[in-house]
Amino acid sequence: MIGVPGSACRCRRRADTAGRESGLKALRFDKLGAIIAALALGGAFIAPFATFRANRIVAGEAKTIIEALPLNWSTGLLLVVLAAAAVAAFRSPVPLRLVAFAALAGLAFAIGVAAGFLTPAGNSYARISPASGFWVMLFAFGLLAADALTRLRPAPFVRIAVLVAVLAFVGILLLSGSWDGLSLLKEYASRVDTFWAEARKHVTLALGSLVAATIVGIPLGILCHRVTQLRDGLLGVLNAIQTIPSIALFGILIAPLGWIAANIPGAATIGIRGIGVAPAFVALFLYSLLPVVANTVVGLAGVPRDANDAARGIGMTDWQRLVGIEFPLAFPVILTGIRIVLVQNIGLATIAALIGGGGFGVFVFQGVGQTAMDLVLLGAVPTVVLAFAAAIVLDAVIEMAKPNNRQAEAR
Amino acid sequence: MIEIENITKRYGETAVVDDVSLTIAPRTVTVIVGTSGSGKTTLLRMVNRLVEPTSGAIRLDGEDNRSLPGYELRRRIGYAIQGHGLFPHRTVAQNIATVPTLLGWERSRIDAKVEELLTLFQLDPAAFGPRFPHELSGGQQQRVGVARALAAEPKVLLMDEPFGALDPIIRAKAQDDLLAIQKHFETTIILVTHDMEEAFQLADHIAVMDKGKVVQYATPSEMLLKPATSFVESLIGVGERPYRLLAIAPVASAVEPGAAEGAPISSALTQREALAELLWSGRNALPVAGPDGAIIGKISLEGLARRAAGPT
Amino acid sequence: MMPKLPVFLRLAAFALLIAFLLQPQWFEPLLRPLVQDNAPVIYNQGSLLQLTLLHLRTVAMATVAATVVAIALAILVTRASGAEFLPLSRSLVNIGQTFPPVAVLALAVPIFGFGEKPTLIALFLYGLLPIFENALTGLTTLPPSVMEAARGAGMTGGQRLVKVELPLAMPVILAGIRLSIVISLATATIGSTVAAKTLGEVIIAGLQSNNLAFVVQGGLIVAALAVLLHDGLQAAERKLVARMGR
Repeated sequence: MIGVPGSACRCRRRADTAGRESGLKALRFDKLGAIIAALALGGAFIAPFATFRANRIVAGEAKTIIEALPLNWSTGLLLVVLAAAAVAAFRSPVPLRLVAFAALAGLAFAIGVAAGFLTPAGNSYARISPASGFWVMLFAFGLLAADALTRLRPAPFVRIAVLVAVLAFVGILLLSGSWDGLSLLKEYASRVDTFWAEARKHVTLALGSLVAATIVGIPLGILCHRVTQLRDGLLGVLNAIQTIPSIALFGILIAPLGWIAANIPGAATIGIRGIGVAPAFVALFLYSLLPVVANTVVGLAGVPRDANDAARGIGMTDWQRLVGIEFPLAFPVILTGIRIVLVQNIGLATIAALIGGGGFGVFVFQGVGQTAMDLVLLGAVPTVVLAFAAAIVLDAVIEMAKPNNRQAEAR
Repeated sequence: MIEIENITKRYGETAVVDDVSLTIAPRTVTVIVGTSGSGKTTLLRMVNRLVEPTSGAIRLDGEDNRSLPGYELRRRIGYAIQGHGLFPHRTVAQNIATVPTLLGWERSRIDAKVEELLTLFQLDPAAFGPRFPHELSGGQQQRVGVARALAAEPKVLLMDEPFGALDPIIRAKAQDDLLAIQKHFETTIILVTHDMEEAFQLADHIAVMDKGKVVQYATPSEMLLKPATSFVESLIGVGERPYRLLAIAPVASAVEPGAAEGAPISSALTQREALAELLWSGRNALPVAGPDGAIIGKISLEGLARRAAGPT
Repeated sequence: MMPKLPVFLRLAAFALLIAFLLQPQWFEPLLRPLVQDNAPVIYNQGSLLQLTLLHLRTVAMATVAATVVAIALAILVTRASGAEFLPLSRSLVNIGQTFPPVAVLALAVPIFGFGEKPTLIALFLYGLLPIFENALTGLTTLPPSVMEAARGAGMTGGQRLVKVELPLAMPVILAGIRLSIVISLATATIGSTVAAKTLGEVIIAGLQSNNLAFVVQGGLIVAALAVLLHDGLQAAERKLVARMGR
């Protein structure tokens, strides 16, 4: 689960040369781009763009781009899609392929416009949602953007900047109200308070358990590294915990925590209860321990023997060696463990809803219960965005933490 | 002075180092030679207590090396290993400054020392100080490794196959540099190697180890003329003996009176180099030039042949 | 890095599991303390054995499909003709793993309806990633000298793939399949929130009726299945690797 940084670099370099060549040669098909273009065109011309429903739960009516948008908007969107598809299909210079972002922005604006256009005036029951064509185009241009970015090999801080820019763009769209006509936002509007309360709980669960697991896991990992007898046993137990399905672990913890709340004075006042946040927090903490401990062990074991021997040979104490040599060298690997945990926790925290622990899972499971797709999305989309953003940020941080990473690549 | 007294190291039943005693004179180079598994590295690592002996004692200038904590002992003793062991996340300057920093030297004194050492090892401080180890060539890394070992001005330097990873040309240069630096700092060096050539090149004294025991501890010439066992003899190489004998003595000690034709030979070269010169020029004798360039006599094939002969 | 159980422990765990599935009432006294006085101790809304078999069937179907597709894709992007897809496919694997399984499952419901289908889709998509990732690693980190030798011996591209590349990459690929199975076993329980017949049903019934015994038995069966399967697959891999002399 730790990845092979070396091989990733190699392939990126190859992609880079491919990009350079494409600038020189005449128009040729780009295999990947051709598939993306086909997807995008299919999404634009064959599949419906938006779904109109008379109210929240009845079956919907599919609308194509032409039907869903005013004429100038539909023509404009189709032109943007055609242009982006053309850029994708042929071997074009990589920076030009970033036109995918323009297409994505076009889609984002258009779906908001469609919501306003399709909703009959004064009708507050009608629901407009993106339909398959929208999602297919979103996927296709998302692929194109991801591919272009991958080929450009942006520096870590550039990747974070791109993420921030995209999030800011979405944020502005949300605040400007141009998406307010969408069914998803109507679900949000009727749950503003609970949404943010659940969001807070979700983040608290995912981040809090990570912090706790890091505080406990790194020393445990160091201990495992130094005391070999302990290593197999502890890693074995942590591994076994990982095999218990999350729903079950959440459930199993209800009993001991309930007992603690009832029998240990003061426990209940600091929030320990049989159901709710406490068992979810403990379960996430337990799941998080393995990646943190295991990566700490792997990272420390990967410290060059020579460096360790030299550190001892020139008179470092065990503590100085740990702080000055071993830990800095193992840090990128430990960070990789933390990244795995954070992304995993953001996903798993959705399950906390099943035992009353709150989080975005509340909307997902309510939505599943009511067969209300938009409510499911209200829970799922923020979860995915959070996990995705966390992965990008931590990947960038890991790359920056690797010693002399940049110089190493330049050679 | 380093006194190694009846030192033994056992792992379970096997004695890796078995009752070894050596006395090493200050400001000399002692080379421990042996095949792999002979216990030479373990012996070296017991001097700075990277390995704790099972029994016996080691005294540095009369003081038992167990009289202070291991890490403090090691800060006083230089240590350089094969593959250099540089810290990959620290710059060259930071690597060299490691021990002085541990000892709490002042910043200015550390900087001055780093600059002095880099210059001494023919690395431009401004260019190399801020670089990371992976940006250096193998030879440069090795020099930084030795510089780091010498940073706190230790009286004793332990080296474990320090030149093992270098190619022959760079290795020869590194060996010459090491001897120059040893003279400069008057360091006592104990060096471990499996390369007999290197031992003869560097050593004032050679200790040959076999199966945990020191089978002979002598000067290079004694070892050549009177190998203690057949193992020592085979390690020296029967076919190499006369050349090694010539290689450890300078031309200056083989100068004969008289004149000769041809390009003069420097008296600072080894006799082996002089022999090569004679054979290559096809002459029986060549003039010898002293340090000031003046001819001080001649050197002849006949004279060298006498000196290369073993005991009869 | 799973615990290497000694053989007898493994057999004992297997025997216990079988006994529990066939004769759950034998274990009633053990679970009794976990429930209120008159609540049922052993899951009573269906056969545990049948649910376990359905659970395994769901995981098996999803894993087989995921294995076939993942390996085919990995082969495709590691050929010269598919090289253009390689960088993106790596990014996609990375991105895909950030999607929480619950989200994938919930989003599959509107398209495929309730029941086994969305669960299969979610397990398939989620199981694809580790296998694809490992197959990519296996196929892109082959020793260059061996590949050169295979070319030098006059093998065609197809022969190299079948006779050299796949066999050499097999241990890494198998490790990916193993990882995928362990993840799927646990993830399949969530399928029961959308009415798939898996062991998750037992756990969810326990959560709804505040019956800890249900939660524990459902969870422990899945955990035991995961540990035993993981262990068995790892042993099989080791045999394979040992035979290849690596």
